[in-house]
Amino acid sequence: MSSIFLELSEGLSIAWRAIRANKIRAALTMLGIIIGVTAVVLMSTAIKGIDNSLKNGVSALGSDVLYIDKYAWFSNQEWWRIRNRRNIDMEDYHRFKDLAKLPLAIAPVTNSVQTIKIGDRKVENVFLTGSNSDYVKTTNFDFASGRFYSEIEANGSRNVVVLGSEISNKLFPRSDALDKTIKIGPVNFKVVGVLTEQGSTMLGAFNPDNQVFVPIGTIFKSFVSRHFNSVTINVRAASPEKLDDTKAEAEGIMRKIRGLAHNQPNDFTINQQEGLTSFLDSITIVIKIAGLFITGLSLFVGAIGIMNIMFVSVKERTREIGLRKAIGATRRTILTQFLLESSVICLIGGIIGLIIAILLSFMLNQFFPTSVQYDVVIIAILISLLTGIVSGLAPAYTAAKMDPVDALRYE
Amino acid sequence: MNIINIEHIAKVYQVGTEEVHALRDVSLKIDKNEYVAIMGPSGSGKSTLMNMLGCLDTPTSGIYDFKGSSVSEMTDNELARIRNKEIGFVFQTFNLLARSDAVHNVELPLIYAGVSSSERKERAKQTLIDVGLGDRMHHKPNELSGGQRQRVAIARALVTNPAIILADEPTGNLDSKTGEEIMALFLEIHEKGNTVILVTHEEYIAEHALRILRLKDGLVEKDEVVEKRYIPKTKASFT
Repeated sequence: MSSIFLELSEGLSIAWRAIRANKIRAALTMLGIIIGVTAVVLMSTAIKGIDNSLKNGVSALGSDVLYIDKYAWFSNQEWWRIRNRRNIDMEDYHRFKDLAKLPLAIAPVTNSVQTIKIGDRKVENVFLTGSNSDYVKTTNFDFASGRFYSEIEANGSRNVVVLGSEISNKLFPRSDALDKTIKIGPVNFKVVGVLTEQGSTMLGAFNPDNQVFVPIGTIFKSFVSRHFNSVTINVRAASPEKLDDTKAEAEGIMRKIRGLAHNQPNDFTINQQEGLTSFLDSITIVIKIAGLFITGLSLFVGAIGIMNIMFVSVKERTREIGLRKAIGATRRTILTQFLLESSVICLIGGIIGLIIAILLSFMLNQFFPTSVQYDVVIIAILISLLTGIVSGLAPAYTAAKMDPVDALRYE
Repeated sequence: MNIINIEHIAKVYQVGTEEVHALRDVSLKIDKNEYVAIMGPSGSGKSTLMNMLGCLDTPTSGIYDFKGSSVSEMTDNELARIRNKEIGFVFQTFNLLARSDAVHNVELPLIYAGVSSSERKERAKQTLIDVGLGDRMHHKPNELSGGQRQRVAIARALVTNPAIILADEPTGNLDSKTGEEIMALFLEIHEKGNTVILVTHEEYIAEHALRILRLKDGLVEKDEVVEKRYIPKTKASFT
């Protein structure tokens, strides 16, 4: 046991001497590993960042919420079949609300895109979500100030608005938005509430931070005809466990409301987060595989560099290997020595690469979601160590199996 | 007891499709504290015999017993162990590690013997003092003269207290005066009770030994006792 320890520590000091003896060569070889590890670590932190961001965004939708919609989020049906479905209207919503027993909250939702103005400050193409006061119960909104619009305000289609955090920041960069009057399209609305930051930048316009919320009646009154816009019915289950039951009930009720015979297919879709999650997963998995494969290639090139230089090193030191064998080094000792040498090069390269990657990801974080995980640190070190061992194996084996007589005679 | 007992060994190399008989039939016994020179022209098989004696190579046939154990049947690891503990090599070209100082070069075999760092340093330094290099311990090979380099190599061979010292043309790369000093050192090493085997093709170098084994075409041509032994006049400063 102690002799193995001695062998390792001696091997390390020999490796260290050898590396120091060829500083430039070692540094250039290391560069390949540094670039490879930097690329792999950066890619994995970026992937992790995208992943987290998407997950946050999706979870903002709520895992216990169903979206009964004319359109399917994901469908393999022909688009025109879906396009030709009947709209879901407020009548459907009211009947659904009367019949459904299981949901915690039910809210009709319709949308419009408008320009919002206050004074000469203007935000274009804002996603306007119209609903009723139950809408807030289908979300997990937190308020920075104020409240959601009330039942009375909703039923009376009053011109009141709740702002997403981003919109509020754009319209009122230095002051509180509450109780101010803003212009949505041509119409004045009074701000009754401002949300805290909710979701993620990855969802774009669907991020509640980029939306404003108004009573549904105001949308039909001022922006779009109720005959053109289909309504989405947001249904929140009492708990995530009750989601399936709630969905089954909702499907039955909707089929009844729409008067579908038993052999007719649904002319509506019940969307849910799960579908989005699996869809996003299928996208991110492609990004992950492609990203790690490409960055992995650069690490592979680095590993080839190490292997190459180790072969050169073994060749150069043939006589030294012969001498070491003549005075008692076993095959295993020689093998260990060269494996240690390539591992030390890779490990140093890996650690430098890791530090660079962490610094870069902090910088990139300003523009792009990244996330350095502790496991990435450990994995990067293990990967560089593994690279060292794998790329050192063939050269080290060549050295170990040299015949001492031939090696000593080598010119 | 014989340290080395060789009976009818042969070594055949395969070069391409041709078989080369480097050693045909050699028998040889070497006792403790002998001083033997192995001589022969090139192609006589003396290098092969030296590799065999040094356990760097094993015979194709025949018996080679080293201190009672059969070398022919040893594994690579056992051979490495025997080379480490029982044989001290001295080469014509010194074969020192260029980037290491004298002490580190001398302690090298002790590393493979698993000796602790402090004891290694201690023994390496003492051996360097013994060969007269007490003031050159931390010099690297390129800071030493040829004779000094060979002394470092001899210290490396002595440091493990091996059963035999095996020197392959130890003066071949030295001028005659320095060569003389090295031969004086070998004389003193022998007088201290060591067994020395010298491989050379120079008659006057061989005459420093007590016994000369002459090889020709893979056979022992002559095994003779040196009558007029050559005693170097130079002092080797071996303490």
